[in-house]
Amino acid sequence: MCFLLPARLRAPTGLAVAAVTAAAAVALAWQVAVDGMIRHNLGGWDAPLGIGLYADGLSCVFLVLTGVVGLLVSVYARSFFSLPEEQEGATKLFWPLWLILWGALNGMFLSADLFNLYVTIEVVGLAAVALTVLSGRPPALVAGLRYLLAAIAGSMAYLMGVALIYGSVSALDLQVVAQSIEGGSSLRVAFGLMIAGLLVKTAVFPLHFWLPSAHSSAQAPVSAILSALVVKASFYLILRLWVDVFDGSVTVAAGQALGALGAAAVLWGSYQALRQRRLKLMVAHSTVGQIGYMFLLFPLITLAHQGGADAPWLIHAWTGGIYQALAHGLAKAAMFLAVGVFVLAVGSDDREATVDLVGRLPMTTFALALAGVSLIGLPPSGGFVAKWMLLKATFTSGQWWWAPVILIGSFLTAGYVFMVLRQAFAPTKTPIQLKPVPRAMEVTALLLGAAAILIGFRAEEVLFLLDVEAPFQEAVEAEEGGGL
Amino acid sequence: MTLNEWLPLIIVASSLVPGLVIFFLAEHQVTARTVLNLFGATLKLLLVLVVYYGILRGNEYEFRYDIGVDLEFSLRVDLLSLLFAILSSILWLVTTLYAISYLEGSPNRRRFFGFFSICVTASTGIALSGNIVTFFIFYEFLTLATYPLVVHRGTEAALQAGRTYLWYTIGGGTVLFVGVVWLFVLGGSMEFDRTGALAGLAGEHSGQLKILFWVLIGGLGVKAALVPLHGWLPIAMVAPAPVSALLHAVAVVKAGAFGILRVVYDVYGIELAEELGLLTGLAVIASVTIIYGSMRALAQDDLKRRLAYSTVSQLSYIALGTATLGVTGSIGALVHLVHQGVMKITLFFCAGNLAETLGLHKVSELNGVGRRMPLTMAAFTVAAFGMIGLPPIAGFVSKWYLGLGALEAGRPWIVAVLLTSSMLNAAYFLPIVHAAWFREPDGEWTVKRRARYLETSWMLLAPAIATAVLSLAIGLFAATQWSPLEMARQIAEAWYADR
Repeated sequence: MCFLLPARLRAPTGLAVAAVTAAAAVALAWQVAVDGMIRHNLGGWDAPLGIGLYADGLSCVFLVLTGVVGLLVSVYARSFFSLPEEQEGATKLFWPLWLILWGALNGMFLSADLFNLYVTIEVVGLAAVALTVLSGRPPALVAGLRYLLAAIAGSMAYLMGVALIYGSVSALDLQVVAQSIEGGSSLRVAFGLMIAGLLVKTAVFPLHFWLPSAHSSAQAPVSAILSALVVKASFYLILRLWVDVFDGSVTVAAGQALGALGAAAVLWGSYQALRQRRLKLMVAHSTVGQIGYMFLLFPLITLAHQGGADAPWLIHAWTGGIYQALAHGLAKAAMFLAVGVFVLAVGSDDREATVDLVGRLPMTTFALALAGVSLIGLPPSGGFVAKWMLLKATFTSGQWWWAPVILIGSFLTAGYVFMVLRQAFAPTKTPIQLKPVPRAMEVTALLLGAAAILIGFRAEEVLFLLDVEAPFQEAVEAEEGGGL
Repeated sequence: MTLNEWLPLIIVASSLVPGLVIFFLAEHQVTARTVLNLFGATLKLLLVLVVYYGILRGNEYEFRYDIGVDLEFSLRVDLLSLLFAILSSILWLVTTLYAISYLEGSPNRRRFFGFFSICVTASTGIALSGNIVTFFIFYEFLTLATYPLVVHRGTEAALQAGRTYLWYTIGGGTVLFVGVVWLFVLGGSMEFDRTGALAGLAGEHSGQLKILFWVLIGGLGVKAALVPLHGWLPIAMVAPAPVSALLHAVAVVKAGAFGILRVVYDVYGIELAEELGLLTGLAVIASVTIIYGSMRALAQDDLKRRLAYSTVSQLSYIALGTATLGVTGSIGALVHLVHQGVMKITLFFCAGNLAETLGLHKVSELNGVGRRMPLTMAAFTVAAFGMIGLPPIAGFVSKWYLGLGALEAGRPWIVAVLLTSSMLNAAYFLPIVHAAWFREPDGEWTVKRRARYLETSWMLLAPAIATAVLSLAIGLFAATQWSPLEMARQIAEAWYADR
């Protein structure tokens, strides 16, 4: 709808919509927490005829993450796009595209239907590509084209999988499909296609080729949205399919394979981040590494399935994976926004140019540091809770071979985070002229960084929300019964 | 919740809140900052003393809440936490006074004092931690809080030191992380007051428990500067003197030593540690560190570097006493935790005074300095004699108990280590004392900072004299009811009570 508004009204309207959407997400999460999962059939038709919307704990966690990050990024974007130097290209289209993207993300978290999910991921993908090329600068265009190809290839693979499923079980509703699945080779192929398509979109190693260039050449608020939210969406979908739809047919080998991809991503992404000289590229590569951590969830929950739903490490693996998604969402948004402030003020994103950042932009440095602490997984932070839970799950499940990956990844992350911070503490003799940066931009980056730390103090609420219709209800209850 | 449950949290917050507020003050609001700092430091000390009084009357102080799943945050006060908490809050107050004067007029003081307060928060948190997870959280938090202090000057050397410091401590932290998670998997949340959770596993998992012990010691050994993990400590002394003072006396190195005490006595328990035969290895490592640190200290001309190597050596007395089986050795370890802190902070204050007043950094420049700065050098002499172990200064008491404990445990070789170390201590401290008092000055002093009546600003002088007097007093009055020795005795006797 925003397309229709004159350009000067777009930002305030967009911001208002952002606030309302975020509030709605929180309200829905509250309702789910109190009343349990909600299913709403559009038009009053029941499945398999109608199209259902469905909210359980998992979707609410992602909805709220998107709401919080989305709102803060919107505040940031309002200041960012009113700066004279960011007016080139088609930046006026930011608000409509961003709101469409946000709507599609929410739609994805709430859809209970495979085809609907396809529509949402397609919209997410296209809107994300459009946002990437917003500035119209040549590197962004090249990266955007690559992103577009990857996104389309990914959704095509997914769509083929959906078609195969529809062909064999004649249903699209997640729950209906889950009940009527019997195995068989066509189903396995369908599942493989869907997961493969989504893996491309999540940029899991070695399918991450498009991510660093796209995320680093976009403008700061867009980078934050892409890294913090868009890749999480396809991760959410893989998780949803894995545990809700195909939970009977996934094999240990498949879980291990996803875990291995994740492990390779952790090592490769973090190592590449360490080697980058440009800050935005570094942060983008770090996304590849951090996404890898989330995929360590799959081998842990899959093995648990084979061993019965009451395996004691399930709750740890589950919390760890989700927490990693949350902590990374907040921290990475903070980091991209902080780097955005820095680039605006200094006019360069060379890593060496961060000299004396502490003295010149203390608030932004602080935001960077807080986000970095969470990415490394140092306590107290959301990243720490995530890594603690994952590590504990690897030990308890006997899959100790993931442990070195988690630790080496942390170490590499510490390497690149502190390389920036170290430089930031070096004073300069020659004072560098800084461009003034709107205070709102600095504050939003700091708020996101602080949020990444603060969620580490209190995981109970998130866990409680996840409990609502959690796929591992029994395990959760068993753990609580035994532990308290 | 009652006040008693909140008190541990308030004690931790009493330095965290001023620290955070300081970040929001402007650089030039010196008075507000000073008042806030001193208010926090005084409040913390008072609260700790109130809790001490309460503990003696049998009250319990515990704050806990769930982070999620089985992660639990817990602050609980026992006598061991009080020993460390009282030490850090007294020394923090003194060091704050010192730092205010030391950094007068230098840039970025807001940042300095902000992180300074947060650093003390972390070490109080370590002291009050009720389980291994909380301990780990504060242990890592301490790394983060001290980094900006180590690189505070921003020079190339400081940045280099910061880098070394980070690699060591983050490496150690990672190892400790593995150890803590492993511990958790084996024995649950490891509340420090429920020793013996691991004892039941001894038969079946004794191999695992042994490896785990060394993983934990490896993680803690970095901060406790056990050889060969000590490399960061002599380099990190490029930090401003108040930071070195705090780092060497209470904050970082003591966190490691305190962790070793907790692991041996409260996580494994003395019986299990003995049964698994873990303590001899620890004693050997500690002895090697003691001798090696002293040897290296001999060769240093830079005063702060010499003191740093001396810390490497002196700190391992704590690990050595821990590893000496028997109540006397444990008393020695515990009391040295306090004594080393008080004496070492005096030495660093004095080194800071020399550098700040006369620009002296090297041992070879100290000829005759006792005439120009008699009070500083008197304080230095007292602390140095204490380090050597001359009665009646505090260091003598620790060494006496450590030696006695070694004899009781039937390990005379430990006494030999102690004697060798004392000789080496004398060899690197006495030349300084001799040169300062009995040699002729080499020439005129270039005075950097003047004071009207005293040899230097009273705020630099008073902390050094106060801690020197304190190290004399806790040695002289070791037998009284309120001495650290008495507290150490109560703690150690409780550990061995059921034997």
